[in-house]
Amino acid sequence: MVDWRDVEMNREKSFVNKLCTYLVFAGPATFAFITVIILPFLFGIYLTFTDWNGISSTHSFIGFENYLSVFKDKTFFNSFLLTLKYVFFTVILTNVIAFLLAFILTSGVKGQNFFRSGFFTPNLIGGVLLGYIWQFIFSNVLVYIGENLNLPIFSSSWLSHPDKAFWTLVIVGVWQYSGYMMIIYISGLMNVPKDIIEAASIDGAGSFRKLINVTLPMMIPSFTVCIFLSLQRTFMVYDVNLALTKGGPFKSTELISMTVYNKAFLSQDYGVGQAQAFFLFLIVAIITLVQVYFSKKMEVEA
Amino acid sequence: MQQKKFISNIIKTVVLSIVLILYIIPFILVLINSFKTRVQIVSNPLELPQDYSLSNYFEAFTKMNYSHAFVNSLIITIFSVIFIIVFSSMTAHLLVRKKWMFNKIIFFAFVLSMIIPFQGIMIPLVSIYGSIGMLNSKWSLIYMYIGFGVSLAVFMYHGFIKSIPVELEEAAMIDGCGLMQTFWKIVFPLLTPTTMTIMILDVLWIWNDFLLPSLILIEPTQRTLPLSTYYFYGTYTVNYGLAMAGLILTILPVILFYLFTQKYIINGVLQGSIK
Repeated sequence: MVDWRDVEMNREKSFVNKLCTYLVFAGPATFAFITVIILPFLFGIYLTFTDWNGISSTHSFIGFENYLSVFKDKTFFNSFLLTLKYVFFTVILTNVIAFLLAFILTSGVKGQNFFRSGFFTPNLIGGVLLGYIWQFIFSNVLVYIGENLNLPIFSSSWLSHPDKAFWTLVIVGVWQYSGYMMIIYISGLMNVPKDIIEAASIDGAGSFRKLINVTLPMMIPSFTVCIFLSLQRTFMVYDVNLALTKGGPFKSTELISMTVYNKAFLSQDYGVGQAQAFFLFLIVAIITLVQVYFSKKMEVEA
Repeated sequence: MQQKKFISNIIKTVVLSIVLILYIIPFILVLINSFKTRVQIVSNPLELPQDYSLSNYFEAFTKMNYSHAFVNSLIITIFSVIFIIVFSSMTAHLLVRKKWMFNKIIFFAFVLSMIIPFQGIMIPLVSIYGSIGMLNSKWSLIYMYIGFGVSLAVFMYHGFIKSIPVELEEAAMIDGCGLMQTFWKIVFPLLTPTTMTIMILDVLWIWNDFLLPSLILIEPTQRTLPLSTYYFYGTYTVNYGLAMAGLILTILPVILFYLFTQKYIINGVLQGSIK
């Protein structure tokens, strides 16, 4: 005969036991995770429905008005388009250059480690410093070269010209991220099975054919990772934008992160700022998930 | 055939060298101009300095409050990384070994949260912690780095712990070790490769981070190295030589560290990204 009170007691005891074990092992991480990420995330959703300015002690509930003003806001829309353009060029150029560098480096050149470490260097340094370094290059060194060698393209600072200032952001972005992606491509290329490439050689494929028909299909997992990482980073870039162009000249290079930041912390419009941030989060999540889904589908087995 | 390969290798090396020089030259230009005066820089930024006077460096060192900022960055980075590693490895171990419903939910939450970018929560984060008076302190910042850092670390440890045979731990338990002792004596040492990877990724992230500390640390005495470089450069932009010396002072420790640990760093970053 089973004494149900005992079972009940055991169950309760085992629940308390479990809880204690959980709190001792996972308590601190869970607590920090919930208070730093989950709560702000939920509170953020709430904020998008209010007209809070970040300071006043009262705020009222205004429904979807913030979201409407996100879509009506021309500054936000322009900045969003500019960011898409920036992401497009930076992601493509970064990955093309990174792949080419990795391809040459893994084709039997001496000093692979030396080159690899060199190309990776910009990734060790914070974006603000990288931005300042290039600000000096674009506004002093290149102008000096342009004046002395009579190159009109450099004779005035690229940073004071809206179109060219956009390209300085792309150049610095590509410079910064390509070394990182190169490392991932190198590792992918080293893992392409040698016997497949040899088999292709025996079948009479030239080196270009081998690259297109054998190596590239085997490299799709690396492309998935690199495009995902570069999409995520370029969408969210802030430091380099702040240090290199400060959004100027005339707000022509204000990428989306900076617009969100300014809306919330300079215009003191927390509700609209958070609605913009939330919109941005959804867009990036959708784009990266779609990208990963389709690249995974393209992967082939050796 | 042999000769053809030799020539193609030379061409490849030359191409790589030219590209590498393009990659590195911004740093070199900042370095050579950090020894010059403003006038010398404006008249020719490409020329090597006439003398290697360190006066820009001394001035930048005091004006950007370098030693203070360096110590702040060091404290914040070291404590954040240690706490992230300790808390995440223990959490991951529990999540792998105890198959409770709640554990599955929490692990799923950790993984899912990784797609939220920092910009998505920075505004509510600042409002919440501002309203309870937790801004402007190193320790709040460390606390936030723990919150932001644990998801990825738990995820990486989780993957590794799954591959460790549970028999090892059972043997230790039979010998009388508690769960805690088993973890620290048997499991944690086995996790060293993952610990190294997480350490490298998190040190690079926290040491160089700008946006979060710029929102949390308001007082000048609390500033980290990227923050104080930002304010310093903003103030002395026109005084190029001084500004360049400030940049080099901030870059130098990282490059020195990199010279000795490049293999580990590159490998760590690689392991961290392909997971």
